[in-house]
Amino acid sequence: MKTCYFRPLALCAVLLLTATPGFAGAEDVRVTDPWARASIGVNRPGAAYLTLHNTGQDDVTLTGVTTPLALRPEIHLTSTNAEGISSMRRAGDITIAAGESVSLEPGGLHTMLMQLQTPMQEGESFPLTFEFSDGGTVTADVPVLGLAARGPLE
Amino acid sequence: MRLRTIQLILWALALAASLAYGLLIWWPENQKTTAETQFTARFELTDHQGITRTQADFTGRWMLVFFGFSNCPDVCPTTLAEVAAVMDGLGPDAAEVAPLFISIDPERDTPEALAEYVPLFGAGITGLTGTTQQIEQTGQGFHIFYEKIEEAAAPGGYTMGHSSQLFLFDPSAVYAKSWQYGTPAEEILADLKEQMEQW
Ligand SMILES: [Cu+2]
Repeated sequence: MKTCYFRPLALCAVLLLTATPGFAGAEDVRVTDPWARASIGVNRPGAAYLTLHNTGQDDVTLTGVTTPLALRPEIHLTSTNAEGISSMRRAGDITIAAGESVSLEPGGLHTMLMQLQTPMQEGESFPLTFEFSDGGTVTADVPVLGLAARGPLE
Repeated sequence: MRLRTIQLILWALALAASLAYGLLIWWPENQKTTAETQFTARFELTDHQGITRTQADFTGRWMLVFFGFSNCPDVCPTTLAEVAAVMDGLGPDAAEVAPLFISIDPERDTPEALAEYVPLFGAGITGLTGTTQQIEQTGQGFHIFYEKIEEAAAPGGYTMGHSSQLFLFDPSAVYAKSWQYGTPAEEILADLKEQMEQW
């Protein structure tokens, strides 16, 4: 899946639909509350948020993310220090213990969508595929809300 | 007569010493108050319509000031969305509040770039930018910090780290309050209304 963005979009979509089954860990991961804010064109990075629930008996480790929407999607962590200075960096691998969940939400973790291929338009949605260390993937359909959205739709 | 003069001089010296000591104790505290909590908003920048603006254009209104950059996908739109919710919540009193977004990324944030950005929050936010030097001076005046961070995949190869508080200035442009990043709009709105009532 890592090489997905070097292939035509149509092939990419086929891969997204077929790449999941057969992995005990990743297939127990459920996604809730996906959302993203609209982008202004394609020149500025976007961000996507959601919660990943590990409903299985084994820990899973999130290692990467892909989407046909952006050439360089990455999981980022925003942190704010004691002086009130915020910055973001790559989050690295994220382990979700059995029965636990991890939220990607403003000011914490987010999927940073760099080098957008198409603008993120309010009312549309896009697939986001999370890759786990066991080789499994989980794909969520992320609705795009307005730029001034404050959270997922109820 | 001569003894009395010496006595007077000694008393004067003692008085001067205790005054100096008192001043020494009181001074740093007072300096700190002046520097950190009593500062006045000061800037000369260009707004997103290309018009030169200073704090004088906004005095008479409360100013809600946030520093950020339009290539920021997380902290900045999140805060501006909260600001938009605060402005909505103010109802008719919104006319007394000027929300300002000051770019700390003058390289990418031209007035034209800000014109694509701030109106989308629909809250009457004024976007402000300037030359690198103008932004530097503004940052110093507001006691804020910002830095470039390498990020190869981002436009221009960098992203920014920056002070993420939301600042409030009273109608005479004097610092009133700040909120840490992540403070919900409801809390900001309640604080702001209280300040406006007390004014
Ligand atoms: Cu990021």
